[in-house]
Amino acid sequence: MKSLLTTLLLVLSLGAHASGGEVKLESADIDLSDSASLERGAKTYVTYCLGCHSVKHIRYKRIALDLKLDEAEVLKNVAPHSAGIYDQMHSAMNGHDAEKWFGTTPPDLSLIARSRGADWLYSYLKGFYADKSKPTGVNNRVFKDVAMPNVFWQQQGIQTAVIHEVDGHEVVTDLKIDQPGQMSAKEFDTMVNDLVNFLVYVGEPVQLERQAMGKYVLFFILMIIALAYLLKKEYWKDVH
Amino acid sequence: MKQRLNNCSEWFLERFPLSDLWNDHMAHYYAPKNFNIWYFFGSLAIFVLVNQFITGILLTMNYKPDAKLAFDSVEYIMRDVQWGWLVRYMHSTGASAFFIVVYLHMFRGLVYGSFKQPRELIWIFGMLIFVCLMAEAFMGYLLPWGQMSYWGAQVIISLFSAIPVVGDELSLWIRGDYVVSDATLNRFFAFHVIAVPLVLLVLVFLHIVALHEVGSNNPDGIEIKQNTNWQGRPLDGIAFHPYYTVKDIVGVAVFMFFFAVVIFYMPEMGGFFLEHANFIPADPLKTPEHIAPVWYFTPFYAILRAVPDKFAGVIAMGGAIVVLFMLPWLDRSPVKSIRYRGGLFKKAIFLFVISFIGLGYLGTQPATPGATTVARVLTAVYFGFFLLMPLYTRWEKTKPVPERLTEHPTLEDRIPQLLALVDEVTLTEQASDAAGATVTRRKANVAGIKAVLIRFAKQLKASLD
Repeated sequence: MKSLLTTLLLVLSLGAHASGGEVKLESADIDLSDSASLERGAKTYVTYCLGCHSVKHIRYKRIALDLKLDEAEVLKNVAPHSAGIYDQMHSAMNGHDAEKWFGTTPPDLSLIARSRGADWLYSYLKGFYADKSKPTGVNNRVFKDVAMPNVFWQQQGIQTAVIHEVDGHEVVTDLKIDQPGQMSAKEFDTMVNDLVNFLVYVGEPVQLERQAMGKYVLFFILMIIALAYLLKKEYWKDVH
Repeated sequence: MKQRLNNCSEWFLERFPLSDLWNDHMAHYYAPKNFNIWYFFGSLAIFVLVNQFITGILLTMNYKPDAKLAFDSVEYIMRDVQWGWLVRYMHSTGASAFFIVVYLHMFRGLVYGSFKQPRELIWIFGMLIFVCLMAEAFMGYLLPWGQMSYWGAQVIISLFSAIPVVGDELSLWIRGDYVVSDATLNRFFAFHVIAVPLVLLVLVFLHIVALHEVGSNNPDGIEIKQNTNWQGRPLDGIAFHPYYTVKDIVGVAVFMFFFAVVIFYMPEMGGFFLEHANFIPADPLKTPEHIAPVWYFTPFYAILRAVPDKFAGVIAMGGAIVVLFMLPWLDRSPVKSIRYRGGLFKKAIFLFVISFIGLGYLGTQPATPGATTVARVLTAVYFGFFLLMPLYTRWEKTKPVPERLTEHPTLEDRIPQLLALVDEVTLTEQASDAAGATVTRRKANVAGIKAVLIRFAKQLKASLD
């Protein structure tokens, strides 16, 4: 057990260096009130991501409710075939196969936006570049040696890395589109942004409602403060 | 009908001393009339405690203390349980709020000498509450079963293994397994929802009973019971009810405002109240890059890391809390309140606050060699504050303590002063907006800000003498 403690303390001190080489992130433009963007993001997710990554903490019904969409429309446009409106967004791939194909189980992405942050996701999804040494043929600028292939290679095209030597390490300083894809850079950015927007929404579906509610609660509490203050003043009149 | 009700209440009061209890602790409990803003935090701590109890009970209705189900059940509460997100955020924000309130409550005791004779026992009970609260928070933090829950618990429990001879057995006994596991989660759940809250409740009761026996201290550190009228009532005292009950309602309302701002607009508080890594389910095979406890433990965690030897570090961390218990006997000053203490004590408190906040910050950061050096210096300052206290409190020259409570400007009195300050640091200018109407705009006044800062620094220096 003492060795466990030693390793843990070692890990704590090494943590600094592991997370030290911070990669500069691009900023995503998150707007949860943009239902159209969220719907596009949901569609993109089901098309390109749901094959491997579940989002088990959300149901299609909830998406329909929150985005104010017709249930039938969600089933037709967003959900995969055969999915029911009360279903959670489960992936079709089973863990055993995933382990065999990728060496790891693709994580559930319900809370990925809360653990990683929108900017990280945005930069990660745009950060794949060709790397012949990897089994998937790609590497990632923000998540080095990730097991995930670039699912957007057709849309984005193929990027190559501009590598510079910094302090004896090879550092990816920039990415350049080598072979253009089906989409222009702008179109691609919009698609990825919509997707990240959807993931942020899925991370905490109640957040818009929560913020909308907040102002009424605060106003109500302000009234209580005013009332309580006047009451206190009245009672304390005779204290000198 | 009225007669009947009277008979009922008489029947009850003949059998239960309700009016005596009410009078002893509320209507005829005399508190000093000069309580300032620092005296809100005791009642706020009770308010937060009640909040934690109610929201906690509601959470247990849907939470599953099972390593396979725990993480998902929390998300179920956040999404599918009606108002579950609100209850959960109230509980998670309440945990942090509890520590904010309690730290400020303890600091109040420190600066006004509330721990000094005859209130040593109140301080001891309070410290026991603090220790219980830390245990409660630590065990509660495991329950969401996220990565930080898991690895935080792993690190803290393995600290026990640093104890010679029995260490390994002890940490094994605490976990109930060789690593943090389902067994650990189950027992922590039992402690978090039943055992510790019960102890906490008893201690809070004892804390208040002891307080009401000797009476409250005040910002002047004068015993108001020494000046009484012909009825034996303190001349400088006012009845707790209604005066302080109505005043505490204001405090609670203001607190609720800030509490609601966090709950509705920033429940994660930038990763301080809910850590980002805790949104990843616990994985015993994947150690997170950077393990940091929640902010309220970081000062003690920084002390632990500052000491090069493992076991000595654990001792130092425990010692940082044990010295707090001894505070009533470390302080040798004849004066209670900071208002009448000498400059040495004020400077010592100033350094102590810097060391505590500094350690708190460093505890959240990775332990780089530079950070460790700073942490060591701050740890020395932390312990120096307590261990040198018998010396500097005896040496310093105190000011004469008045017989009766003194008048100080209240918050309301300071409002004109505050408005004047705003005028001083800003420049007003007339401009026309897009619609063509004349509006007054305020701009930062660099010269004004400089003057205010210099004045503030001078005041600070003067107040430290």
